[in-house]
Formats: sequence, C-alpha cells, structure tokens
Amino acid sequence: MSEPVIKCEAVYKIFGENAKKMLQESNGNVDAKTFQENGCIVGVNNASFEVSKGEMLVVMGLSGSGKSTLLRCISRLTDATGGKIFIEGQDLLQLNNKELIELRRNKMGMVFQSFALLPHKTVVENIAFPLQIKGIKTEDSISKAMDMVKLVGLDGRENYFPRELSGGQQQRVGIARSLAVEPDIWFLDEPFSALDPLIRKEMQDEFLRLQDKLQKTIMFITHDFDEALKLADRIAIMKDGIIEQLDTPANIVLNPATEYVRKFTEEVPREKVLLIEDVMDPSTTDNLGDLKVLKDEIIENVAEKILTQEKSVAVIDNNNKIVGSINPTKIINTVFGGRKNNN
Amino acid sequence: MEFIKKYPKLFQWLFLLIVFFALCFAIDVPETYKFIRGQAEFIKDPNQSYYVFLGKEVRYYAFDVFWRLPPLLGWLPIWINDSLFFLMNEWMPIEFWNEDTQEFRTRPLVLQISRNLTAFMTFLIEMIREILLGGFETIVAFTSWDWIDKNPWAELPGLPWTIVAAGSAILAYKLSGKGLALFAGLVMVYISIFGQWKPSMQTLSFILVAAPLSFIFGLGLGIAAFKSKRVEKALYPILLVMQTMPQYAVLVPALVLFGVGDHAAVIITMVVAVPPMILLTILGLRAIPPEVIEAGRMSGCNNWQLMFKVLIPTARRDILIGVNQVIMVCFSMAVISAFIGAKGLGFNLLLALNQLNIGLALEAGLCISLIAILLDKMSLAWANKQTDYFGNLTFYQRNKNILFFIATVIIGIVLAYVGTFLFKGSYNYLFEVPHNKGISTADFWNKGVDWIFDTFFVYIKAFNTWLIQDVLQPMRALYLRMPVVATLVLVVGAGYLIGGIRSALVVCALTLFIALSPWWDRALVTAYMATFGVVISCIIGFTVGTLCFQNKHSQSFMLGVCDIFQTFPSFVYLIPVMMLFGITDTSVLIAVIVYATIPATRYTIEGLRSVPVGLHDAATMSGVNKFQRLTKIEFPLAFPHMMLGLNQTIVFALFMVIIGAFIGTEDLGQYILKALSDKKGAGIGFTLGICVAFIGLIFDNLIRTWVEKRKKHLGIS
Repeated sequence: MSEPVIKCEAVYKIFGENAKKMLQESNGNVDAKTFQENGCIVGVNNASFEVSKGEMLVVMGLSGSGKSTLLRCISRLTDATGGKIFIEGQDLLQLNNKELIELRRNKMGMVFQSFALLPHKTVVENIAFPLQIKGIKTEDSISKAMDMVKLVGLDGRENYFPRELSGGQQQRVGIARSLAVEPDIWFLDEPFSALDPLIRKEMQDEFLRLQDKLQKTIMFITHDFDEALKLADRIAIMKDGIIEQLDTPANIVLNPATEYVRKFTEEVPREKVLLIEDVMDPSTTDNLGDLKVLKDEIIENVAEKILTQEKSVAVIDNNNKIVGSINPTKIINTVFGGRKNNN
Repeated sequence: MEFIKKYPKLFQWLFLLIVFFALCFAIDVPETYKFIRGQAEFIKDPNQSYYVFLGKEVRYYAFDVFWRLPPLLGWLPIWINDSLFFLMNEWMPIEFWNEDTQEFRTRPLVLQISRNLTAFMTFLIEMIREILLGGFETIVAFTSWDWIDKNPWAELPGLPWTIVAAGSAILAYKLSGKGLALFAGLVMVYISIFGQWKPSMQTLSFILVAAPLSFIFGLGLGIAAFKSKRVEKALYPILLVMQTMPQYAVLVPALVLFGVGDHAAVIITMVVAVPPMILLTILGLRAIPPEVIEAGRMSGCNNWQLMFKVLIPTARRDILIGVNQVIMVCFSMAVISAFIGAKGLGFNLLLALNQLNIGLALEAGLCISLIAILLDKMSLAWANKQTDYFGNLTFYQRNKNILFFIATVIIGIVLAYVGTFLFKGSYNYLFEVPHNKGISTADFWNKGVDWIFDTFFVYIKAFNTWLIQDVLQPMRALYLRMPVVATLVLVVGAGYLIGGIRSALVVCALTLFIALSPWWDRALVTAYMATFGVVISCIIGFTVGTLCFQNKHSQSFMLGVCDIFQTFPSFVYLIPVMMLFGITDTSVLIAVIVYATIPATRYTIEGLRSVPVGLHDAATMSGVNKFQRLTKIEFPLAFPHMMLGLNQTIVFALFMVIIGAFIGTEDLGQYILKALSDKKGAGIGFTLGICVAFIGLIFDNLIRTWVEKRKKHLGIS
C-alpha cells in the first residue's frame, strides 16, 4: 500500500497554561483527572491512526469527546501539544506559516457545522473566495466557482446572499467553497448536524454521490452514529479524547471493543448496516441451494430471499465465484439474536 | 421579621437610607459655609487655610471634615499645568533644521512634534477647503510664497456650488439610489440659496479630514486591542474615561498643545471620536463566530487577508455603527471646537447665540444638522453597498456616474462663466452665493421669537419662576445640604449592595477623587441638574417607549425619530430652548431633558423588543391580557436593557449640563468654560473633565454591575 495521506502518531492536545510541561512529565500516560486538578483540560489523548488515499474516516463522538479538537489539530487550526502529524509524508508541525498557508491553499478543504460563510459575499463570491485568496484573477475564479455552483446544484442562486438561503443550501455553498481549490484532503466538521433530518438525509446522499465522483481523502466528524455507519469506510469512536475503537462499520457493530461502543451499537438496525460478507461462513460446504447472493449486498435487501430457503445459500463475489455460504438461521440470529454476545 | 427575611435586599437598602439621612441631620451646616464663595477659588483671603504640596500652595476654606473634605488634590491642576508647560517649552531641546530661515534652531521635542502635526493637519484641511472654495495655500505648500507672488494666476479656483451639489447627488445615487440623491441635491441647494455655502464647506472640509482620520485610527487601535490582550488592558481605562468625559473638557489641554485653529479642532475631534470607534471595532471583531475565522484560515488566508477580507467585513455591522458614531461626534465637535477657533458653521452658530440672534443660529444649526444627516445616510449606504460581478455591462453603463459627473463639471463651469456676464458688477450667484447674501429667514425667526416673548411672556415667566423657585432651588439646596460623609456612605453602600467589595472600592475611589478636588460643591450642582434631567427624561422616555412599543409602525417611527435627533450636534439643542426660555437654568434643563430622552426612549423600545417571541406566545396562552403581559413578562425581562438606557441617559444628561454652561450655570461646566479663556487653564479644565467623567463612571459602574448580575439571574446574558 502506498503512503498514507494522513498519519497521526500519539497526538495529544491539552488546553491549559503549562500543558506542554505536564505532558512531558507524564511520559505519555495522560490521565484526564490529574490534569484537570492542575488546571488543564485534555482535548485529544494519544491519538494514532492513518488515513489512506481515497478513504473516508468518520470520527464519531458525543460533544466534548475531542473529535473537533482532533480535526483542528490535523488541519493545524490549533497546534497539537504533543505527537506527530504527517500530511502526505510532510511533518505538519514543522511547517512554517508560509508553508502551512501553501498547504491549505492547495491541499485542504474544510466544511463547518455552522457553515461559516462570509455574510457580505454572494454565493459565487463565497465559493470563489479561496481562489481569490490564492491570487487567481477575478474572472477565472468566478468561472471556476460557477462550475462548483453547478456541482452542488445551486445554479440560479449564485447571486444570492447567504442570509437568503436555507440551511441546506448554505451548507451546499460551504461544500462548494471547500472544494473550489480541488483539495486532496477534505475535512468536514459535523457538516449536516445543523440541518433538519430530511434535508440531512438528502445531503448525505448528495455527499456520497460527490465522493463517488471525486474520491477525496476525507475526515468526517459527526456525533450521529447512524450517519457514521452510512458514510464511513472506517469509523473512529472517541470518548474523553481517547479513540475507543477504530474499525470498519461492520466490525464495530459486530465486535464493539468497549462497553461504551457497545451502547451505540445496541440500537443499530443491523440488517441495514451489515453486508452478507460480514456474517457469512467463509468455509464453503457442498450442501448449497440454488440461490446465490452477492457478498457485498446489504442483508436487508436479500434477507427475504434467503429466509425462504431451507438449505444454506451460496455467497458469490463479483466474478461469480463462490466465496462462502450463509444459512437462514444465521440471518435470524444476526438480526434478532442476543445483542450482548455476538456471533 | 417575616417581612425582613423575605426581602433581605430591601431591608439592607432601607438601612442604608436611614444611615444616610441620620448623617445628614446629625451634621449641621457650618456657619461660615457659603456656596458661592465655594471652597478653593485660588484667590487669597485671610480666612483661608493653606498647605503646600510638591511646591504648590493650595488655599481653601477649611470646614469640618465631615461636612466638606479639604481639597487635598488641589495641587493636581496646577501640577498638570506646570508639567504641560515644562513638556512644551523645556523638555528635550533638540536642534531642528528650519526651512524658512535656512538654519538650525533649538526647540523642545514636544513642541516640534506638535508643530509638525499642526502643519500636517493644516495642510490637509486647507487642501480640501481650497478644492471646495478656492485659494492658494495648497500651492504655496508645494512651492513657496515667492513663487506665488511671481505667478499670481496659480490659484485653486474652487468649485462652483452647482458642481458640488450635482456631484453629491450623483454620489448619493451611486451609493443608495434616487431617494438619497434627491435629498443630497436638495440639502446642497438649500445651503447655497440660503447663503451658508462658505461656512458649510469649511465645516465639511473639517469633517472630511477629521472623520476618516478618526476612523482609521479607531479601526487600527481596535484591531491592535483585539490582537493583543496587553494593548487592550492599556487602552481600556482610557476608553472608559473618554466615554463619559465631556467634549468641552478636552478642548483646554488641546489649546495648550496645539494652539488655536482648525488643526487643533481636528486633533481634538480625533481624541473624542476615536474611543467609540475602538470600542465598536473590538465588539464587532469579538462577535465573529470562531468558525468563520477558521474558514478563513482554511481558505489559506495569511494574517493580512484574514483581517481585511474576512474579519473586518464580517464585523461590518458594528464597525459601521462606529463610523456613524464618528460622524456624529465630528459634527458635535465641529460646533464645540469653534471655541478654539475652528471656522465654519459652528463658529457662526456660536457667534449668533452669543448675540442672541436666534434666527441666524437656527439657520446655521439647521445647515449643520442637514449635512450631518446626509453624511450619516451616505456612510450607511456605502457600507451596505454590494459589488456585482455579473453585469456584462457596456462602457456607458459601467461608467455612467463618472460620465454624468464630468458632464456636470463642464456644465457647472460654463454656468459659472456665463454668470460672470449675467451678474456683472455684483456677485456671481452661479459660482457661489456669498455669506448672508442668500435668502435669509433669520428676521422671520427673530420676529417669531419676539412674538412668542410678547404673547406668552406672562406664562413663560410664571412657569419659569415656579420651576426655579419651587422645584430647582429647593432641590439644589438639598443636594448642597448633604455632608460629604453622608454622600460617601450612600454611594459606597450602594456599591457594596450592588456589586460587593470590588464595586464599593471602585465607586469609593471615584467619589473621593471628586470630594478631594477643589470643586465638590460644583460637582453637587452638576449632579443635581443631571439628576433632575435624568428623572424627567426617564419618565418621558419610558412612557413614550412603552406606548410606541404597542404598535409596529409607531415603533419604527419612533426609532427613526431617535436616529434623526441623535444626528443633531448637541449644541443645536440649545437654540430652540433659548428661543423660548431665554438665558435661564430652565433652558439648560429643557435642553438636557430633550437630549437625554433620546436614549431613554430608544433603549425602552429595544429592550421590550428583545423579549423572546416564544415568551410572548407562552404568556398569551396563559391567558394574560395586554397590561398583565407588559407588567409581568415584558418589563421584568426588558429591564436590564432599559437600565443600560438609563446609563446612556445619564451620560447624555451630563454632557448637556456641561454644554449648558454656555448659557450660564453654576456647575462644573462653568469652570471648564472659564478655563478655556485662562492662560493657565489647561490643568483646571482637564481635572474638571475628569471629575465630570467620574460622576458618569460612578453610575456607569453601579448600573453595569447590576445589569450583569440581573442578566445572569434571568439567564439572558
């Protein structure tokens, strides 16, 4: 595998006056309580992970879990207290101000929860803003911005002001702005949290469509577990600054690492999240029925068909090769089975 | 006892009042006490005591310390004065090259700096003035007097009034549209026809220099304070004092530092106009959501781009209010600085008031107010203006305004040229209508004033006598009857009950400063006039505000009226009251009341408006009627905001009381006015200004502390 686009090694972010000193003294064993007694608040505690090209990592956590702080460390909106962050092999914390600005102008885009549009600029001016900051001529930046306007489906509203748009539309502008410089890395900080449920779903679908087309490397922050499951390639679940578990959605649902993670997975409708592949038996037996199902089919879509069978069902991959089997009992167990001891 | 337990605060306040009155009654008025002689008047009298501090002798009439404190700070004004003198004339003599005499001359550093600053300001003002009115000083500045003597043709011709009028209308059209353009045109034509062109343009040139400079400095310092905590900490106390410092008081030290004239006026205007600009800049920048800043950073802004492309435009609303304030202060100062020799409408206004020519004063005042409103509206329109990228416009459409302006310039010049033939031998009315050669309504107004006096003399006189004899004199006597100890106990007690030890100490220090200055009695008189004004203003303001709040249209109408009234320079308020009541305390008080009612009304309406809609609905669903809703829901919730209005009312009232000294009162303002014509007045004027500022700050501190507590309590902070 090629080099990861984002790589974090033991990243800490601690707020407070002598945070740096305390971190050094603690030798990497950061205990939130002792720090708090000394007037420091732990934002991110020993975060290490990698994000590879084209991957979408969703960081999930409740408010105060440090997920936004983590994102701000990686975009260097705030400086991490300890640890190392590499962006495409470049040591982020060693960059000087000029290099950092270059990096942001060309490689990074970010979307914010409260949209953070400039109130005095129209839609198209807002989208063109990062381009103009880069020093691109007004006409070129505007025409590029118009492409973006079309991409997010706001044509006809390019001369509106942010205050004249609905929340969903405003966030489309935010998304378009973050994409205007064609960044490789895309940060999204709870982009849909401020929207109504219906609009949120619509925006999520739209987002997936965009990502399908653009294949960016994404860090996506959310406090909504369902959203994380729906969008993520991998999910990192955070609590009190610590990454509790970092895994694929299926593995998190099937094998929660801690009690905290398990609580989230309890209410999840598994048939909507898990793929056949996740629950199949990889050893193929001979006694298979005629029905064949694709391995990356969501359970919900094929459950009815499988349940009508008596024998086990063959699971095939895209090349029509049998890779495993699944029997109806397994489906029933997965969907309705005891949630405490999985499998 | 039950009752006391239920309302512990009420009991504490009652206790405080009882102690206060007990002290008042316990301490008798000393037999030697006479108000008019006051305490320290710096005259020698064998009955006086004296002490020497820092080499300064302070003489005063000694009383029992419970009655009046000795003026232990009496040396301060003398000392300030001497320090200023020392700075200007003796400190750091340095050799400077003198262009005119072509030799080195020794001059103190501060004097040199002040002279250079003066020359720069004078140049700026003269340049704009000569573009508008014509002259040759600007050309002299670039060449020399000799050159001008040889080339007498080289003189800026000045713009004919037709061009300026049309130009401002076109500018207004570009900024806002037809309505404002029409208004701009009418204002300019009015000014010209009524013969106020020259003074108006003088005032305008003064403002066109003072306002942008104040804006730039205010914005710059505001940004600096936003970026660095240390700068903010250093600026904060100055800003606080400047907010309540009467504009009058700053004039006197300026006189010493910069001499007499327009340049000194500009500098002093900046001193007064910059603080509100700084405050509003900080306020606006603070209110920006952090995500917008982050969005700017992630767009790859460097610090400069972040500040000027993201932060300042986002904080536009508050910065704009700052610009408005700057313009307002500039106009106010345009009048007041006539005291130190600024030319223009203010000077005419002052002169007319001095001669009791109400008609002339009214005309000048009207002109100032009209220009103020015009500039106010134009600056607002400018800030709200948007640029449009998507016009595929033709050359004509894009440059339409410039083309029109060029056309008007040509037409104007031609007209002015034609005018030289048309009005041969007399004035060229198409170039400039000379002062007092236009239509004048002064006689009409003067006759009106006379008629009012003749017709209503008896009633006005009766009202006047009643007010002075039965209300004002007793009230004044009561204030002066307060022993200093009782006042201190009352103020400090109130501070303690409202804000705890901290507030009590701050308030105590402020009061002590005034009590230890030589002008405690005068301060009491100031306080009495201000109190009277504030009480009446609040009653009127709260009532009018509440009534207007009942209806959407009357709300916005009233706020509009407040806006316009606030645009008038404070001095203008003196004109109509002098018209009706002549030179009496009543005039001053009525001006105070009118002026101070503006913030009272405005804050009442805004406070009532700020009550959340949800609560309205909740109240309605609980079945309250209109009156109950007002008393049970709206008033309690709007009260903190209304108290801020009270704060503003007090500041406004104090300003007007001080300005009222021009009519003739016996308060601190009178002394400031005296200091203006005193060679050694700088220290006195400045100290007096601080005293007035401190009176304002005492109330400011108490009210703000209370409001913050209350807001926290209500959960609306």
